[in-house]
Amino acid sequence: MTAPAPKPVLEIENLRVALPKGSDRPFALDGLSLTVAPGEIVCLVGESGSGKSLTAGAVMRLLPEPHVHVAGGAIRFEGEDILAKTEAEMRAIRGDRISMIFQEPMTALNPQKTVGWQIDEVLKLHMKAGRRERKAHALEMLNRVHIPEPASAYNAYPHQISGGQRQRVMIAMALALSPKLIIADEPTTALDVTTQLQILKLIRELQRDEGAGVLFITHDFGVVAEIADKVVVLKQGEMVEQGPADEVLNRPRAPYTRALIGAVPDLTPPPHRPLSDAPVVLSGKALKKTFAARGGLLTGKRAAVTAVKDLTFELRRGETLGVVGESGSGKTTVSRIVTRLVEADSGAVELEGKDLLACSARELRAMRKHIQMVFQDPMASLNPRKRVVDLIAQGPIVHGMDPRAARERARELLALVELSPAAADRFPHEFSGGQRQRIGIARALALEPRVIVADEPVSALDVSVQAQVLRLLADLRERLNLSLLFVTHDLRVAAQLCDRIIVMQKGEIVEAGPTAEVFAEPKHPYTRNLLASIPGRDWTPPVKSIEAA
Amino acid sequence: MPLTVPPILAYALRRLIQAAPVVVLIMIGTFLLLKLAPGDTVDALVGDMGGADAAFIERLRIEYGLDQPVWVQLWRYMVKLASFDFGWSFVYEQPVSTVLMDRLGNTLLLMATSLSLAFTIGVLLGAIAARRAYSLSDNIISTLGLVFYATPSFFLSLMMMLIFSVKLGWLPVGGIKTIGAFYDGWKHVWDVALHLVMPTAALSLIYLAFYLRLMRAAVLEVAELDYVRTARAKGAGETRLMAHHIMRNALLPVVTLLGLQFSTVLGGSVVVETIFTLPGLGQLAYQSVIQRDLNTLMGIIFLCAIIVVVVNFLTDLLYARLDSRIELK
Amino acid sequence: MTTLDTDLRPPEPSRLVVFWRRYRRNRAALFGLALFALVVAMALTAGIVAPGDPLARAGDPLTPPFMDAAVPLGTDQLGRDIFAGIFYGARISLMIGVVATLISIGIGVVIGALAGYFGGWVDDVLMRVTEAFQTIPNFVLLLTLVAITGSKIEWITVAIGIVSWTAPARMVRAEFMSLRGREFVDAVRNLGVSDAAIIFREILPNAMPPVIVYASVIMALSILLESALAFLGLGDPNYASWGNMIGQGRAVLRTAWYCAAIPGIAIVLTVLSFSLLGEGLNDALNPRQKK
Repeated sequence: MTAPAPKPVLEIENLRVALPKGSDRPFALDGLSLTVAPGEIVCLVGESGSGKSLTAGAVMRLLPEPHVHVAGGAIRFEGEDILAKTEAEMRAIRGDRISMIFQEPMTALNPQKTVGWQIDEVLKLHMKAGRRERKAHALEMLNRVHIPEPASAYNAYPHQISGGQRQRVMIAMALALSPKLIIADEPTTALDVTTQLQILKLIRELQRDEGAGVLFITHDFGVVAEIADKVVVLKQGEMVEQGPADEVLNRPRAPYTRALIGAVPDLTPPPHRPLSDAPVVLSGKALKKTFAARGGLLTGKRAAVTAVKDLTFELRRGETLGVVGESGSGKTTVSRIVTRLVEADSGAVELEGKDLLACSARELRAMRKHIQMVFQDPMASLNPRKRVVDLIAQGPIVHGMDPRAARERARELLALVELSPAAADRFPHEFSGGQRQRIGIARALALEPRVIVADEPVSALDVSVQAQVLRLLADLRERLNLSLLFVTHDLRVAAQLCDRIIVMQKGEIVEAGPTAEVFAEPKHPYTRNLLASIPGRDWTPPVKSIEAA
Repeated sequence: MPLTVPPILAYALRRLIQAAPVVVLIMIGTFLLLKLAPGDTVDALVGDMGGADAAFIERLRIEYGLDQPVWVQLWRYMVKLASFDFGWSFVYEQPVSTVLMDRLGNTLLLMATSLSLAFTIGVLLGAIAARRAYSLSDNIISTLGLVFYATPSFFLSLMMMLIFSVKLGWLPVGGIKTIGAFYDGWKHVWDVALHLVMPTAALSLIYLAFYLRLMRAAVLEVAELDYVRTARAKGAGETRLMAHHIMRNALLPVVTLLGLQFSTVLGGSVVVETIFTLPGLGQLAYQSVIQRDLNTLMGIIFLCAIIVVVVNFLTDLLYARLDSRIELK
Repeated sequence: MTTLDTDLRPPEPSRLVVFWRRYRRNRAALFGLALFALVVAMALTAGIVAPGDPLARAGDPLTPPFMDAAVPLGTDQLGRDIFAGIFYGARISLMIGVVATLISIGIGVVIGALAGYFGGWVDDVLMRVTEAFQTIPNFVLLLTLVAITGSKIEWITVAIGIVSWTAPARMVRAEFMSLRGREFVDAVRNLGVSDAAIIFREILPNAMPPVIVYASVIMALSILLESALAFLGLGDPNYASWGNMIGQGRAVLRTAWYCAAIPGIAIVLTVLSFSLLGEGLNDALNPRQKK
């Protein structure tokens, strides 16, 4: 932790950003003050809706004006008043002295232009240099962000390179002209954990070299622990705490910060629950699934992608089995094969002593009530045109329950997932993400299934909400003796909830075992790499929220 | 790789193969329409001759294969169509294909000029309107777009005729050239151009309005995308954003519709050609309906379908060229 | 402390209220609604305002507008009342527009839903058929159908429906393809709901908003198609139609241009009202969801 340099690159004083009339609050940001010194990384942390991304927009003067505009305060960049600059002066600053890295590497690059063209654009705009010189510089930047074969990447289109590479290109673009200030808006949120660590290291390394100040916007305290020198915590547009990273992470003062940090799942798994004598309720045997990609010469067939090859597992009554992996590991396909939403190529899924994959369409429909699913996206998994009570009662009604009784039962289930009975007659859009996920859980429970398959059920949620939903799941598991197949990319969540885990890579199980053992002594190099990439793995959240599972 | 084909050729070949079933379906469709229509070729022939006795009619039916099962008739019909043999026109006393070929050039000329005008001007105006969204110029452009979009082509044609031919006397009322003038060289070109001004304007104004509205919406949508924000954060000015980041992506949906819409525009030529007595396929279609010349009508349908397939193929290639995400492999 | 996630937000107003609030914001759409109401009112009151046969002689031929109170908009070369023709024409235009739109949306929804939901060979077959229909210029096909069936108003309406279902089919197919991959569809499938129920009860209601918006476009196009047919003299001769009036007016364009201009303006305003209505519906039904 370096001592702040005397002259800050960025000073924000009492910044207020106004929202349009009719919003849930008048100011998106109300009284934010912070400074970023050269060579310093300041993390701006908050949950969704905290106004953290609008801070970046205000500094860059790229707010969606006039609806959202700066209503007060001052922003000074190297002592100059940013708010007093003309648009032409701002254009000269953007990309040159202040640059930005965005969250979504998929959409932040123009799909129709080559990587080289897009890096060259920023050079063309701000660098007085000939074409050859610019190209040399661009190639050097690609090299500095460790892109293999910079020359071929230079001529590639964004869709031809991976997400991690695209984020490297964004960084190369942002750092091409040695800016004094870099604003990074959730730059690693869309990336896999191993890539995330590499990118974080890269940002740190380049920023040190250049002595640039970084305003790093994130929601993830793990990432904060990994990278921050200083931390500013935002809640609903108001600054609740700020200080050196060590202070805020280990001795948080504000109750909100304490609650947020307390909601971060601990990496040390709880002691192993002995379940080896419980009966097996669900098992997969030698499951295989290949997706045929379309396109290609004449026939329209191209090389197939193997999503899952040779998957075998057992789930015992009352047990939670975690399926862990990065994107492309096939973990989501597992959840779809097991519920037969996607047809496996070969293998068997045994449920209640019957092979689900061999069932006829009619048998399958009857069998479905034994295995239910909770989905990832709380927006997309509930039909927006149905009332909550109908959503929950639908399953039992399909399986022959009297509609009135089913609706009665649906109301009881709402209580079970801790929602007020008033929720029953509303539509999904009237709920928050966490509440929708509770409705999804109630829907799954309505059929009293033997097994619940949960596909990333908390990854779309803010950390404090995530903790509450996880607690609910753990609680229901105890009370109803549920068996859970829990698919997740988040090792912290897996550590807290799962009794055993399966680690998948490229469609194969590389390691399986009791969670505590796998976390303590990973055997496979991939597992070791995965665990070593968890952001903030060396930091143990000091406050434990008592409710955490 | 056992076979190396240049990617663009392979792509083109694949698109052509996809178009084949469509052409076959259209052949079957026109055959069914002919069967649905009251009377067959022999009826028409006999009508043309002014009547004949039953035995002769029976012989003719056998001669024309009309006694064969439907499948055989369909097969023969398709073979004939495939070789562009559309049968005999009893109205023009010529093979249908000859009649069609006489008219094809005029229609293609009308299509090419009106579509290229409509597309370029529409796209430009749409882009301007979107860049100045909700300003006075946007309001004027958008309102005019709405009004022209709502105006039937025949009404627009009539009003133009009333103003420019009847009242002002600037432009000829109809036809493709001044009859009896026998111009040659540039004078002929100028004469034809004068005759085409109003039909082209009538047809293109309506589709211009269409592309304008589409382009405006597309530009507004693309301008909100993340990579445009990235370019702004790089310090790019509005002109640069428009030229390099927004236009090309916004053009994609418009090009798609250009292909999809082409057959509608071709249909629109029926009305415009009829009003301005332009001797093209559209006018021929109308006359065939009035004179119940079904062979010619089916020939027009088939020929138009082929033109549309070819144009769609060309727009597909254009699209692939514009969108670097489509790999020509 | 953090607020508990289980606290409910205050309930939101009903869908209809939200819909109207959003629609109201677009002033042009309000104008469109007023125009539309006017056309409907004309169609409904035609029999009261101008009783009797609109195709019968009502005054001296070629009376200019605003000269004779009995025929406020003048008469055509056969002495028919243009005012009455406009009112009865509204009736025909709306009727053909509504029925043809229902036919084309009906065909489009079924074909698009099946193609989009099942994909694979079902999609391939249905899309080739759609493309074949789309490839034939719709007005030429319309002429052909009318040439075969004759100019009865019922057949004209059906024929207009038949030539305009391809666009809604493509649209419904695209909606279905995107919706069938959504998690709520997986969720109900996992409850054991049948394919038919998923298509019609789960996906279709969610696919309808863009279709409803597009229906206003088809409505406008149907009216344009009918008027073009009538203009060419291929409409049903037993009914007063705006297109037919313009067609007749063409013969006297030099001397009495109003015979063609008045019904022409009626068509423009009617079609305009549907375009504006469509834009308002689009704003109200498909608001850009910004997070």
